[in-house]
Amino acid sequence: MSENKTRERNNAPQRGPMGHGPAGVVEKADDFRGTMSKLIEYLGQHRLSLVIVLIFAIASTIFMIVGPKILGQATTLVFEGIIGELRGTGEGIDFGAIQNIMLTLVVLYVISSIFRYIQAHVMAGIAMEVTYRMRKEIAEKINRLPLRYFDKTSQGEVLSRITNDVDTVSQSLNQSLGQIVTSVTTLIGILIMMLSISWIMTLVSVIVIPVSVAIIIAVVQQSQKYFKEQQVFLGHINGHVEENYSGHNVVQAFNREAESIEKFNEYNDTLYTSAWMAQFLSGLMMPIMMFVGNIGFVLVSIIGSFLAIRGAITVGDIQAFIQYSRQFNQPIMQIANISNVLQQTAAAAERVFEFLAEEEEIPNTESPVQVNSFKGHVEFKNVEFGYDADKVIIHDFSVEIQPGQKIAIVGPTGAGKTTIVKLLMRFYDVSEGAILVDGHEIQDFTRHDLRSAFGMVLQDAWLYNGTIMENIRYGRLDATDEEVIAAAKAAYVDHFVRTLPDGYDTVLTEDSTNISQGQRQLMTIARVILADPRLLILDEATSSVDTRTEVLIQRAMDRLMENRTSFIIAHRLSTIRNADRILVMRDGDIVEQGSHNDLLAQDGFYAELYNSQFEGEVPEANQIA
Amino acid sequence: MTRLLKYMRPYAGIVLISIVLLFFQAIADLSLPTYTADIVNVGIQQGGVDTAVPVAIRETEMDKLLLFLTDEESEQVLANYTLVEPGTSDADSYLEEYPVLGDEAIYVLANDDSETIDILNPLMGKAFLIVSGIQQAIDDPESIPETEGGFSLANIPEGVDLFAFLGNMPDAVLNQLRTQMDEGLAALDDDMIIQSAAVPIQAEYTAIGIDTTSIQNNYIMRTAGIMLAIALFSGLCTIGVGYYSARTAAGAARDLRKALFERVESFSNYEFDKFSVSSLITRTTNDITQLQMLIVMVIRIVFFAPILGIGGIIIAMRTAPSMWWTIALAVAALLILIITVFGIALPKFRIIQDLIDRLNLVSRENLSGMMVVRAFNTQDFEEKRFDKANQDLTDTNLFIARVVAAMMPGMMFIMNGATLLVIWVGAHQVAQLTIQVGDMIAFMQYALQVVMAFLMMSIMFIMIPRAAVSADRIADVLETESSIKDPNNPKNLPENDRARIEFRNVSFRYPGAENDILHDITFTAEPGTTTAFIGSTGSGKSTVVNLVPRFYDVTGGAVLINGVDIRDVTQHDLRENVGYVPQQSLLFTGTIDSNLRYSDDNVAADVVQEAIEIAQAEEFISEKPEGLETEISQGGTNVSGGQRQRLAIARALVKRAPIYIFDDSFSALDFKTDSALRKALKEKTGDSTILLVTQRVSTVKTAEQIIVLDKGRIVGKGTHDELMETCSIYQEIAESQLGIGDIAS
Repeated sequence: MSENKTRERNNAPQRGPMGHGPAGVVEKADDFRGTMSKLIEYLGQHRLSLVIVLIFAIASTIFMIVGPKILGQATTLVFEGIIGELRGTGEGIDFGAIQNIMLTLVVLYVISSIFRYIQAHVMAGIAMEVTYRMRKEIAEKINRLPLRYFDKTSQGEVLSRITNDVDTVSQSLNQSLGQIVTSVTTLIGILIMMLSISWIMTLVSVIVIPVSVAIIIAVVQQSQKYFKEQQVFLGHINGHVEENYSGHNVVQAFNREAESIEKFNEYNDTLYTSAWMAQFLSGLMMPIMMFVGNIGFVLVSIIGSFLAIRGAITVGDIQAFIQYSRQFNQPIMQIANISNVLQQTAAAAERVFEFLAEEEEIPNTESPVQVNSFKGHVEFKNVEFGYDADKVIIHDFSVEIQPGQKIAIVGPTGAGKTTIVKLLMRFYDVSEGAILVDGHEIQDFTRHDLRSAFGMVLQDAWLYNGTIMENIRYGRLDATDEEVIAAAKAAYVDHFVRTLPDGYDTVLTEDSTNISQGQRQLMTIARVILADPRLLILDEATSSVDTRTEVLIQRAMDRLMENRTSFIIAHRLSTIRNADRILVMRDGDIVEQGSHNDLLAQDGFYAELYNSQFEGEVPEANQIA
Repeated sequence: MTRLLKYMRPYAGIVLISIVLLFFQAIADLSLPTYTADIVNVGIQQGGVDTAVPVAIRETEMDKLLLFLTDEESEQVLANYTLVEPGTSDADSYLEEYPVLGDEAIYVLANDDSETIDILNPLMGKAFLIVSGIQQAIDDPESIPETEGGFSLANIPEGVDLFAFLGNMPDAVLNQLRTQMDEGLAALDDDMIIQSAAVPIQAEYTAIGIDTTSIQNNYIMRTAGIMLAIALFSGLCTIGVGYYSARTAAGAARDLRKALFERVESFSNYEFDKFSVSSLITRTTNDITQLQMLIVMVIRIVFFAPILGIGGIIIAMRTAPSMWWTIALAVAALLILIITVFGIALPKFRIIQDLIDRLNLVSRENLSGMMVVRAFNTQDFEEKRFDKANQDLTDTNLFIARVVAAMMPGMMFIMNGATLLVIWVGAHQVAQLTIQVGDMIAFMQYALQVVMAFLMMSIMFIMIPRAAVSADRIADVLETESSIKDPNNPKNLPENDRARIEFRNVSFRYPGAENDILHDITFTAEPGTTTAFIGSTGSGKSTVVNLVPRFYDVTGGAVLINGVDIRDVTQHDLRENVGYVPQQSLLFTGTIDSNLRYSDDNVAADVVQEAIEIAQAEEFISEKPEGLETEISQGGTNVSGGQRQRLAIARALVKRAPIYIFDDSFSALDFKTDSALRKALKEKTGDSTILLVTQRVSTVKTAEQIIVLDKGRIVGKGTHDELMETCSIYQEIAESQLGIGDIAS
């Protein structure tokens, strides 16, 4: 098998300890626009809901914005009332009018809150629905991708798309989308309201913005430098820690603790400097912004008072205006932040879409061969194959296997013994030549039909997190409990299962220590017995199994092979000797084939391999398995 | 949390400074609204007139005021004023400022220190109010309310100069009038009186010809100046807090990280087993970063919120004590909202991680079992399984999202509701003249600040327990002592190149395990010989050799080197005598050379070269363009498994120790290399004692002594040939490895 290469995802900068803050280091998408338009397309089916979100967000914001202005009228009424009373020119405070205003406001605020809740409620629904769909599509995509894809992509990477990336998209949909709408609406709304009160004061408030923006940019640039440095040294520290903890025995055995600590302290001290600088600089933003905001307030007050003297503006309006101008900063900062969030979203969504767009398995043939039962005849005709197109490893391989024959595949570790298996089951397609089962090219079957002809017992006993009953039933999902137990008996695992407190209802977990590797292997054999296929693929390697269980496994496998065409990745001499044909593999290629005696007579690689085992020290020989 | 407090001790000083700064910041933040209120109240509403004591007043008007003051009060007032007559020399200097001086005499305020003003304020303010009231009555007699009995202005005949009339009244009548007026004004406090007096004073200023606009401008500019100064001060405090909190957090994180790393480096394998490597890594990296953020938050929010909240309450109470209950109501509503939302969401929060784990598990299983899934055509089944996990997670997430979604609108409503309440209640109080409009506005701002403080606190109460988990995880490690300790009075291992290793009835059990994993292991490994351990996985062969460098301590019996119990010497001395090659041949970041010199940086080049040759590593190193200087990436992942193993072997050989331990260290080597290596080893290591763990029969065949282990017991001891005769387990092992069984038969 070719080595799994993890793409360099690790280089992607992690978020700084400040999280989403504008000073953190932000990961960027390669194609921001393309990804965003794809994401919008992906949201397409929620168009109606999105329109609802938009309307309710705008409406709730408008109501919220109108509030201070109306509230200002109330203050003006109180103010003028009391002045009037003091001067003796008025009727005192007009509580009737104030009450009306209050009631209006209560209604307004209630509606605004309800609208905002509706918006958030609907948006949460959309976000979760999209998350659900993305995950579902990724999971289904996994089953449609050719195995080849996973040669170059690690499991962890696919997993991180299902969880991290989808989560990022979901979160920003849930939080940011609503925020974008409300921020923009708030900004425009506040601007309009401010203008409606006084254009001069508005102008003064707006003039302060570029100052804020300039300050933000300057601070961000400075702190970014330290955030990056912090990231680098966190990386060094993590690397050093990982290395020294996992190699703890080596460190101890070589008495290197002091040197290791010394190096750690070196990194740690550098990290300290960049960490506090980054933290401090990013913390500068708020107070500076606040101060700039206060300058704006003073300017507005001064101008407001001049206008008030001339009677051009009421005190309530000034008060309302001040409230508006104080709210002005918040949406600006949010919008500044949103661009970061969008970048992150795009980067995450890009990885998801990339995965969903990966090339899938070649579709099944249009007119598949109809099969009721397989006989088990297999023929390889001039097969050529390579995991990489430019690196052929199997050259012109031909062999014909009669139903019921046993084929042993031997060769040193890493010789590619599973390649044959993968070709047979069409996990990979041959590049040249053909593989025929019962006289038909395997491409002429549907994958489903072809694979149902095979049973497979691999060295790594794959079982899933479920009960033993469920796991054995995996071989044939419609099997009854009785059939499952019968299969378990045939695989010599029934007795063991019955010794477990929960018997067949025992849940298998990754770390269930009471079930040994050998017992797991027996369960996978039972699974295949239940499936009752015509052709078998077995891996005999039982390296981590105690002797007693190993005997059971041998017996179960022997029973399984009766009357079935079997491909055995062989480790036992008896298996090899009894095989109808031996395929000898080396460096991925099938270098020799024949019976045990034929091959010994040939005195080639097989003979060398075989002899090396009991002479122990034959040059040029690799170990068999 | 408290368990880590001692690591915070060095920072107590700057934390204290931070708290003081926060205190100042809170004071500054809380006094800001007063000035913003003043700008609106006094600056705009009262035209900048902030006392009831005019800087100048016409003599005629002063006389009117004096009518309503007692003789004593009048004296007090006049003592602080200078009468300037038109045409005098004084008048010329004042003329520009007070143009009316050309025609009339005016009183000019002589003492404007705040003490004087405070004394005069109520006196003159009241008088102004009465005078302006009477003036108003004269201008508009209709507006005068009828009063029952006593003296009433309404009884005064029309066309009479009221003030002249009043001036001619007997003292007794005037006194009665004064008392009556005082009663009416009793409800007004000084600020109210000033606020009311501001109007007639402004009128008087206009009459005198004073530039009222500049008074107003000056007032606003002055107040704005103070306000900005306070804002600047507050900003500087915030920056100071930011500075100190950043240094505290990063510093404490550095100290903890250091302490943690040093502690972990002292751990034995027991502690590593207890915590697991990955968990220790997370604790040293992630958990510390979490804690760092927590410290910043604690300083900036947990300390600040109560200061701000309590300060806000105090100032709000001072501004308008009768309205305290509005704040209480808002805070109560907020707490109810938060408790409700989190009360509903929290139980679901707890299961979220399980659901994510479940989704991960199903996905991982689908990925790892891909061939099996496809072989059994169970894609649909897998998809259903995934769908179930996906659906469960999505449903729970959606539930939480929708509950939490109520937070924002709810909070907004509480804030706005509080504002409305303050204005509604405040308006009535303003009408009753108990508070001023500006106070109402200021109170509104304080109320919001108090609510915000409570909001911050409640959010912290939700967040801190989560971050505290990290603190506990760190403390757990820091409070763990290594279970393998050096003796108090260590013996010395005899200086000797030969080491005879003896296991005497050794048994071993992992901590917490129910059964011994090694039983009654007794053997002797002589210098210059190889002792090989073979057995199936779990037979305990690695455990045996790991006892020699004291990665674990025996739980029964003893391990002796040249007759000395290894527990009686220091770990350092013991390990100086051991060349160890681990099962996982882990290399360190650096170069091939730095890795080979891991035991001693200053070792001679020919020693390194010899080790390379014995380890059969010469060929591949020389093939690398940079030779010994080839970079090794973290974990040594950039060289192949076999190369890594040979480098690990060479690394141990550089040490030239009397004992070598090879813990399944030839597994990645092919037969040829394996045998060549063992041959070279035999030749070059001379008197060294070699302990070798392996699964390969071919590897053990040349050993002087083979120990066969099964389930933690020695089931066979001898040479290959002897064991082939006597030991059935050895035969089985040999048989299971292709070809070997053949020889036996």
